[in-house]
Amino acid sequence: MATNGVTPVLEARGLVKRYGQVTALDGADFELLPGEVLAVIGDNGAGKSTLIKALSGAIQPDAGELLMEGQPVRFANPLDARRHGIETVYQDLAVAPALDIAENLYLGREILRPGILGSVFRMLDRKRMVAEAADHMQNLKIGIQSMRQPVETLSGGQRQGVAVARSAAFATRVIIMDEPTAALGVKESHMVLDLIREVRDRGLPVILISHNMPQVFEVADRVHIQRLGRRVAVVNPREFSASDAVAIMTGAMAGEKVSDAA
Amino acid sequence: MSSVVTTEQPGGRPKTAGRSFVASSGMLSTLGPLAALILACVFFSLKSDRFFTGSNFSLIFQQTMVVGVEAIGQTLIILTAGIDLSNGAIMALSGILMSRLAVNNGVNPFLAILLGFLLAAAFGLLNGVLVTSIRLPPFIVTLGTLNIAFALTHIYSQEQTVTNVPGALTWLGNTFDVGQTAITYGTVLMLVLYAFTWYMLSQTKTGRHIYAIGNNPEAVRLAGIKTDRLLLIVYTAAGLFYGIAALLLVARTSVGDPNAGQTDNLDSITAVVLGGTSLFGGRGLIIGTLIGALIVGVFRNGLQLIGVSSIYQVLITGILVILAVAVDQVVRRRSR
Repeated sequence: MATNGVTPVLEARGLVKRYGQVTALDGADFELLPGEVLAVIGDNGAGKSTLIKALSGAIQPDAGELLMEGQPVRFANPLDARRHGIETVYQDLAVAPALDIAENLYLGREILRPGILGSVFRMLDRKRMVAEAADHMQNLKIGIQSMRQPVETLSGGQRQGVAVARSAAFATRVIIMDEPTAALGVKESHMVLDLIREVRDRGLPVILISHNMPQVFEVADRVHIQRLGRRVAVVNPREFSASDAVAIMTGAMAGEKVSDAA
Repeated sequence: MSSVVTTEQPGGRPKTAGRSFVASSGMLSTLGPLAALILACVFFSLKSDRFFTGSNFSLIFQQTMVVGVEAIGQTLIILTAGIDLSNGAIMALSGILMSRLAVNNGVNPFLAILLGFLLAAAFGLLNGVLVTSIRLPPFIVTLGTLNIAFALTHIYSQEQTVTNVPGALTWLGNTFDVGQTAITYGTVLMLVLYAFTWYMLSQTKTGRHIYAIGNNPEAVRLAGIKTDRLLLIVYTAAGLFYGIAALLLVARTSVGDPNAGQTDNLDSITAVVLGGTSLFGGRGLIIGTLIGALIVGVFRNGLQLIGVSSIYQVLITGILVILAVAVDQVVRRRSR
């Protein structure tokens, strides 16, 4: 694999996951390099989502190992992965629509008021959360006036923007985006793709899972192709076309022959 | 009643609204009910000179406080997108337990009250456990516990009303004077409980998580919040509120009544819905529930004062409930 001696931020070796008779992951490898957008594509049943779940701590593989910056790690649950700086953005817009933007950004990580108001009366520091939420949104160039606006007043793209901003605000190592544009229209999808570039340019590597080939080839630096529970190839989207990738994905073209070229 | 509808209309959350307007959108759902309450008060004040007096308002609060406190628990559960049919039955059981223990068994009245609270909280916890662990719909779970608590009340009480309850159990029915008006301690307790719940829901993490879980439980789980634990807290706290309501009822009536609270489940749901809280969860303000309970109380009281059969209060309540739910539906659809 063309990693050029760089230590991957996140790496998986020989992951195996079985569900009864079904082998979802059959010795899958994975590497995410610093500062890149890595797209993960694969047909249904290729083990794409199982791989991502293993990387985000949602499932535990039966065999194989995970490494972060070369060090072996184990994620017992998603919180564990989060503690290691891995944040996940889910396709189904995991926001609470009636809560405002600031509350959604800090859902589960609320900031309490300093002093006795926070320690005894458990009072939320709304001002600080609103101010910091505004900073996070600004960092990603998401133009929304008020952080006190309920998320349901936003468009689908803006809602996904909130979800991305939340992950970007707390991720220190990796952001995983699981079909972030699946629920969005064309224009809104472009907004999210811009966000993905913005996040990468700010130094955070992004794992993008997507079915949308044009989007994958527009935004990804490398493309990981998953087939029958394994990685069959990693291709450079500037050297391979989307139809080549689909051919590898479906087995029409042998992945092993091309992967060295990436 | 058409004037009530029109005042409710701006409650929709327009996508294009400016920031200050949108920021207070939670308040909007409460403006309609508040307008209805004020209109009803104005109407009855014009029709009867006995309505707008301190002592009459004190009476309305006394008549409202039992359902009012049950409705706090109901609000918490409805905010999580649940529903509780068992609250009146739990309250009756708790009231019978505390009064019988104190009167028939000679248990220290304060210990009897405490045991009554604990029983009510335990029933709430049971509801929560069944909802979270077996994943049964709250409607079915609380329909079951409604019948269980109802039957236990009648078995344990042997259909006997408990009289001569000691002073500790009736203390909340005592009054103090503010000017010319005698106010019961129970009324004050109800208002304190509402203030406490307002603080908890609007200013603390737990409160915001309760809204979030009613909005999108999956998002809350993905945010690393222990949703089952949160639901257990909500159901148990609701049970505790029903226990407090039981004490208020014993204090108000001076008896332990096995037949108490049989329509309180629907009455408390009515108060919650009239107050602008969404039956679908995640939206609404606790102050709305107090307003909703007072709307019912004001109609009941006012119609009585002007000599109209109280059945009209039931009729008007029915119309208002449908209006409130209809408005909620419109608001929800617009926010899609």
